[in-house]
Amino acid sequence: MFIYKYAAPRNFYRLAGFLVPVFAVLTVVLLAVGLYMGFFVSPPDYEQGETVRIMFIHVPAAWMSMFIYAVMATSGAAGLIWKTKIAHIFAAASAPVGTVFTVIALITGSLWGAPMWGTWWEWTDARLTSELFLLFLFFGYMALRASIDDPRRADRAAAILAVVGIVDLPIIHFSVEWWNTLHQPASVGKIGRPSIHSSMLIPLLSMALAFNTYFLASVLIRARTIILTREYNKRWVTELLNRRRNPS
Amino acid sequence: MFAAFLNIIKRDVTIALRRRGDILVPLMFFAIVVALFPLGVGPETTLLKTIAPGILWVAALLATMLSIGRMFRDDYQDGTLEQWLLAPQPLVVLVLAKICAHWILTGLPLILVSPILAIQLHLPLSAIPMLMLTLLLGTPILSFLGAIGSALTLGVRGSGVLVSLLVLPLYTPVLIFGASALTASIVGDPVAGHLYLLAAGVVMVLTLAPWAIAGALRVSLD
Repeated sequence: MFIYKYAAPRNFYRLAGFLVPVFAVLTVVLLAVGLYMGFFVSPPDYEQGETVRIMFIHVPAAWMSMFIYAVMATSGAAGLIWKTKIAHIFAAASAPVGTVFTVIALITGSLWGAPMWGTWWEWTDARLTSELFLLFLFFGYMALRASIDDPRRADRAAAILAVVGIVDLPIIHFSVEWWNTLHQPASVGKIGRPSIHSSMLIPLLSMALAFNTYFLASVLIRARTIILTREYNKRWVTELLNRRRNPS
Repeated sequence: MFAAFLNIIKRDVTIALRRRGDILVPLMFFAIVVALFPLGVGPETTLLKTIAPGILWVAALLATMLSIGRMFRDDYQDGTLEQWLLAPQPLVVLVLAKICAHWILTGLPLILVSPILAIQLHLPLSAIPMLMLTLLLGTPILSFLGAIGSALTLGVRGSGVLVSLLVLPLYTPVLIFGASALTASIVGDPVAGHLYLLAAGVVMVLTLAPWAIAGALRVSLD
């Protein structure tokens, strides 16, 4: 199958170089649409007022944070099973991007919580709390990678950690949720879920897509850098760098 | 296979009994952490009573954490682990024995001293059996999850702090169910649900964690 071709770092490097501009342009367009629609076109919510616009950033960021952890664990597992370098490199490149989305989700969540719940942080909200633990899992993953010098060992150790984390993440989430139902939450104004109107759905979806394309673009840039640093003694890298230095 | 399992436990217990410090230090740490809380939050009986389950459980988590870094280190340094990889017995069984030994040497003493600390925190006497029961179900999970972190960080620089960063987030469900069960039993709520979930956790780590640990050891010894 043609996909095997791109498991070789050299081919992947070229493919990524072609894809990065594509995803970058898509990101800019989708972000422009999403932000414009979200900030100017969509109406303020009848209950939450203008604050609801935070959701156009918060919700896609939260989705992305969990999605990226899943991608990281899956590609780590794929790397363990099929011993492909590229899968591990992809996982390594995903971690910082996932961390940033987690931080964005936490900050926007707490900014939204301040006017809506009257508090910056609400422990009984399972989503907020498990997002915090997701951040810790990302930190652990990157710290483990950073402290192992041999890249092959770092790849495999980090992959095992990510797989353990993905098993534990739902358990953490549901344990916080059950914990909170047992603690009889101090009347946090739970907002009902009216069916979402298209004026809000379009900016939400386009922001979500923009975050996805941003993720792909930045992961591919990072993956390209990792490939170059790991393969620096291979001939194709030397040739590539020579061509860069003196373009004929 | 079973003989190897028992031998590893016997060996670890013997070594620990000859170096009692290894068992005592986490216990003293447990006692000190618990003693620090009343000094920090104030000596009010009612306040201490409400936060006692949380304090005891967090302290138990930290005390286990303290002993986890050492779990495989000596065996790693003197080459025992490499022999394990070559041994005819499956690595998973040997790992299981190692963790059982770790639990006997840290989890069990923790459970045994917990009543004294509970009394210090004004926990009602009637709640002490429940405290010991939740610790009995919870500490094996702590040993298993900790072993994953310990195996992943073998021979890594700064592994002591790193292990806590890797493992403490994984401990949250145990803390939640352990402490909630205790609180529920004090206020008279049903506790069976929490205990079942803790028991389910034990079964889960017992069956899945040894594979992850064995995998991690293979990576670390590669």
